[in-house]
Amino acid sequence: MRVTFTVNGREETVDDVWEGESLLYVLRERVGLPGSKNACEQGECGSCTVYLDGTPVCACLVAAGQAEGRRVRTVEGLADGDRLDPVQEAFVECGAVQCGFCTPGLVVQAHDLIERVARPSDAEIREALAGNLCRCTGYEKILDAVRLAAARKAAP
Amino acid sequence: MDFLRPTTWEEALAAKAERPEAVPLQGGTDVMVEINFGVRRPPALLDLTRVAELRTWSEADGVHRVGAGVPYTTVVEELGGALPGLAQASRTVGSPQIRNRGTVGGNLGAASPAGDCHPPLLAAGAVVEVESRERGVRLIPAAEFYLGVKRSALLPDELIRAVRVAGAAGPQYFSKVGTRNAMVIAVCSFAVALHPRERRVGTGIGSAAPTPLRATAAEEFLSAELDWSAALDPALLRRFGELCAAAAAPIDDVRGTAAYRRHAIAVLARRTLTWAWDDHLGRRAA
Repeated sequence: MRVTFTVNGREETVDDVWEGESLLYVLRERVGLPGSKNACEQGECGSCTVYLDGTPVCACLVAAGQAEGRRVRTVEGLADGDRLDPVQEAFVECGAVQCGFCTPGLVVQAHDLIERVARPSDAEIREALAGNLCRCTGYEKILDAVRLAAARKAAP
Repeated sequence: MDFLRPTTWEEALAAKAERPEAVPLQGGTDVMVEINFGVRRPPALLDLTRVAELRTWSEADGVHRVGAGVPYTTVVEELGGALPGLAQASRTVGSPQIRNRGTVGGNLGAASPAGDCHPPLLAAGAVVEVESRERGVRLIPAAEFYLGVKRSALLPDELIRAVRVAGAAGPQYFSKVGTRNAMVIAVCSFAVALHPRERRVGTGIGSAAPTPLRATAAEEFLSAELDWSAALDPALLRRFGELCAAAAAPIDDVRGTAAYRRHAIAVLARRTLTWAWDDHLGRRAA
């Protein structure tokens, strides 16, 4: 089947999509956006988190056909050209990235949190990131990065 | 595989009537996992996310009608006051990303014994509204909806349209055992709802039997023995826990043993009733 949707502001039409295919597969294998990572394929790890019509979701659990006519924003759509998003900058500065596989999902999920909550408490950060697994960092640097990004956003 | 995309409820009912083997799809948090892992290859997917009315809830005469496509996030944000048990259970589902997509209707459709919505729906006496093109609307009490492991009273040509739950007339609590606070399939779970006007306590047991179920004998025991103006008698509380544990019919599996689940149900039953009773007496004193 054919699926047409907007991704990072650009309209994309993909053909020969299998009806059981996930949005994640379409993004990575058909649209050429491999930023969203394919890890668990069951919504457990958050590595494929993208915005769907402004709401963060696991792209592996969205059927491709459900994205028809919808707006998708992936980790590739956060930076403004060569200028990283403040969340991305904070992850780099805080050393919140080790192997990097979980990073795109964490960045999108953290981006959503600080869009919605100006000064998130540690409990709010932990709950917001509860569905994003990282096996390298122990999360402390990730929490530092989210606190830093939130503080900069609140008082630029 | 076909991908059916109705945009109205009438179109959805027609699609299900013509293709009863089509699997309804909302947030995909159960169905897509099965497809991704090749466990399931349905001949057709029936995407219901374009039927806008399913994503809304309304209230009339104290009864809340929650559309089958209302995501858990909305239940948590908008229904915590009216339906506290369901909202508490919704808050324990998966992660924020899962709660943004997963729906109460999907939880009912999957009818997993471990589904988090079932215990509070049972305790509150919810009614599942299902519909088919040929026979119209059927109202199925939650207690009659669950028939077996992942089997419900929903017929092949029917779709779940909404669940109807009376606004809480008394305190409600949900509690769940798992290895962490997020991303946990319940080892077991329990919900309690006080119905002070009827001098009745509703219960719901999750993940400790082939279906979610009420602890009927425990409810009857409380109806007979509970003094609604006094503190909870420790012996009565203990007996309530025992009767709830006796209602469970758990199995050993990767998440826990049957013996552990039975023990934990008694603990959760005592704990949730105590919380609810503290609120109840607090409200009376206030």
